[in-house]
Amino acid sequence: MTNEALQNLIGLWFPNPDADKVSNVVEITETEEGSEETKTQEPINPSLLEFSEEESQFLNILVQPEQLHSLMKQLKSNSETNFDYLYCLSGVDWGAELGIVYHLESTTHRHRIVVKVKTADREGPNFDTVSNIWKTADFHEREVFDFFGVKFNNHPNLKYLFLTEDWEGYPLRKDYVDEINMVIK
Amino acid sequence: MNISLGITKTIHDWLFSVMPEGLASITEMVLIAAVYLAVFAVFGLYLVLLERKVAAWFQLRMGPNRVGFKGLLQTLADALKLVSKELTGTEKADKFLYNLAPYFVIISALMALAVFPFTQEFQAFDINIGIFFLIAISSIGVIGILLGGWSSNNKFALIGAMRSGVQTISYELSIGLSLLTMVLITGSLQLSEIVEVQKNGWLIVQGHIPAIIAFMIYMIAGTAETNRAPFDMVEAESELGAGFHTEYSGMKFAYFFLAEFINMFIISAIATTVFFGAWLSPFGITESIPWLGVFWFLGKVFVIVFLMMWFRWTFPRLRIDQLLTLEWKYLLPINLVNIVVMAFIVWQNLIIQL
Amino acid sequence: MDTTTVNSNFKSEEYFINMGPQHPATHGVLRLLLTIDGEIIKKVEPDLGYIHRSIEKMCERDSYQQIVHLTDRMDYLSSHINNEAVCLTVENALELEVPERVKVIRTIIGELTRIASHCLWWGVMGMDVGALTTYFYGFRDREMVNDIFEETCGARLTMNYNIPGGLMYDIHPNFIQRTKDFVAHFKTKIPEYDKLLTGNVIFQKRMKGVGILSKEDAISFGASGPVGRGSGYSCDVRKHHPYSALNKVTFNESLKTAGDSLARYEVRIMEMWESLSIIEQLIDNIPEGDYKVTTKAVIKLPKGEYYQKVEAARGELGVYVISTGTKNPYRLKFRSPGFSNISLLNHIAVGGKIGDLVASMATLDIVVPDIDR
Repeated sequence: MTNEALQNLIGLWFPNPDADKVSNVVEITETEEGSEETKTQEPINPSLLEFSEEESQFLNILVQPEQLHSLMKQLKSNSETNFDYLYCLSGVDWGAELGIVYHLESTTHRHRIVVKVKTADREGPNFDTVSNIWKTADFHEREVFDFFGVKFNNHPNLKYLFLTEDWEGYPLRKDYVDEINMVIK
Repeated sequence: MNISLGITKTIHDWLFSVMPEGLASITEMVLIAAVYLAVFAVFGLYLVLLERKVAAWFQLRMGPNRVGFKGLLQTLADALKLVSKELTGTEKADKFLYNLAPYFVIISALMALAVFPFTQEFQAFDINIGIFFLIAISSIGVIGILLGGWSSNNKFALIGAMRSGVQTISYELSIGLSLLTMVLITGSLQLSEIVEVQKNGWLIVQGHIPAIIAFMIYMIAGTAETNRAPFDMVEAESELGAGFHTEYSGMKFAYFFLAEFINMFIISAIATTVFFGAWLSPFGITESIPWLGVFWFLGKVFVIVFLMMWFRWTFPRLRIDQLLTLEWKYLLPINLVNIVVMAFIVWQNLIIQL
Repeated sequence: MDTTTVNSNFKSEEYFINMGPQHPATHGVLRLLLTIDGEIIKKVEPDLGYIHRSIEKMCERDSYQQIVHLTDRMDYLSSHINNEAVCLTVENALELEVPERVKVIRTIIGELTRIASHCLWWGVMGMDVGALTTYFYGFRDREMVNDIFEETCGARLTMNYNIPGGLMYDIHPNFIQRTKDFVAHFKTKIPEYDKLLTGNVIFQKRMKGVGILSKEDAISFGASGPVGRGSGYSCDVRKHHPYSALNKVTFNESLKTAGDSLARYEVRIMEMWESLSIIEQLIDNIPEGDYKVTTKAVIKLPKGEYYQKVEAARGELGVYVISTGTKNPYRLKFRSPGFSNISLLNHIAVGGKIGDLVASMATLDIVVPDIDR
């Protein structure tokens, strides 16, 4: 599938309830129609997901933490998308926000996609686990837990994988300070 | 006249002339034990060297070649190092059993040496149940291994010890039965008589097909009995670290190590005695020079020792369940059938006499 | 009672054993917490991080040229391919077209690296199942590859031959001849490997039907490289996302469908043949030209996100770079093959014996610095 087709398909899964009200379209058949309708006022996204292809070689989907798990489940189980291979799961500290980047590939269709989820909560960030969808996420999520302090709800075995139990702080966060072990230039 | 016999006879006579009879016998026994101990300790060390050289040969390497001429003193140097090393052990070990274990292993190994007929009349102890004695003694060694593994208070050692128990009990059967097959021909357990019978042809020739089967089973079981690859479940360095002797160091470790090699020698020596005519030369070519028997005996032993080394450096290790399957499902039934076949052959007098 | 509460998670027959961090079969400082019932494995829990150097954090501080040097220290047995991954990421981001010569040389050395890595794996594989002799046979042939590397790039293991924009130096004049000699030599040696180990009845019994990984599980666990391909999962990055000169050569993806330890073993042996064939196709056709394009002294990637995957000797190595347009990456993540592969160890080892665990672990071909990064 091309990125555009993917965007059209996946966008429909999570329709934005607000998009309806503003853009007076009776039925959401075409997502672009909706955005044309409301162009004059302000561009309201017809989907709860944000799509972008800027500054990346893949289609990026930004999803709200609440929708993360159901989106991921659909991405894998839907036969047209069938993203059965989670090849990279990275935690990222965007400064104000913490987030996870999921790189997905389908071994049947060979298309690739990137899903991102962010939260502004730096004290107790938590997302739903995807380890029940892709088994590889088990270890990758534990790695993120180690280094970013992001908790994963419903994770079967969420404890430090690399760090010792008594480690303080989250080393890969940007605000982590360790004057002894870190060489800063 | 036998050279070795001459010397021992002189000493014997001299001892009995200067001491009362009882004391003289004890002194004589101690002397013989000391000689055996010294000779075989050094002998064991050279078996280690031989193994290292053979391994190197198999593995495209040079092997030890720095200490002494062509590395001949390498293992002596190793032994010196081990003697001088600190004896470490675990704090929670059962100290008494832990210290006892290596002696069990090494003593049982050395005890077996007493009965081998190295050449005519050169035999420390010609017991009339020779074969039985050998089988009995060689299975005592496993108690040492079990003790060592258990008392070390280390799980890897314990697994190794338990494996050893399972393995030895199983393969003991095959060793016993395969030797029993040969005893059917000789009709005696006494080693000197077994040799006597073989003057009409080595038993492996006399017993032809069943004897060859018995020898093959004996070699497999014997390798397992000495805990050598491909049956080295007990040590299994890639699985258990060092198995039962994980917690031993210095000289205590050296005892285990030395015992392994002496056991290898014993297994080969039994095979030589029972299957290959002990010190008898092939076709009696050196019958007129009896002391050459020692060289024939050792020569045959070394061929079999080499065979065991060959196994070790070419085969991967079996898994514990495969090890037991091999014994109980294959070797044991074959062995039992083999005994019947041998009995039939002896009954019908189908043995080959040269 | 105290003991029952402490051990409430264990059944009475089960006990707990600590395999590693110093253990001969864990190939480095990997620690496995095993729950065992007699000889039977009930649970394997890897405990990682004993040599974690936080390479990802170091990358955020270093320039792109420096990062290349850090990647050697991840999977040190496929250091060249790791270097290549970072260089390709940087070159793609800069939209830099490297000369054909560079691409071909990178591919040849990459495949030589793969062979060297598989040689070492083969030796260690034999050692883990108790055949100590294989180790020396594997090393004998690996040594020849290392000699070739040494002549060309001055290093045997951590080569650093790639730089963003090309290669550090041109190849040594002897390189082509020595590589040809090696290919001819190694073709006679793989059958020897088969004779010594593959055909051995004990070995076959140890490997067949042990550590089974189904295709679905392989994908779900993110298995890649020979581990995935042993389960019939077509995951060769060289086939699906070819890079450097790999689109110029024809080769078969080594696939086995059994999914057991033997299948993973056979895949690696087949891969050695394929790598030889790739080298043969390229070695006579190294195009003339420059060995690098000059880049600026300070490389700044345009703002954006870049992902590049390559097929390292152990599987798919991914480099994920987030750049904010400065001379350092904002975030750099290495998706290492070993990390995903170790996570399926519990799945394939449970129910087997201790010996099976060691054998299965050997077929995963783990390199601990690759897992820990």
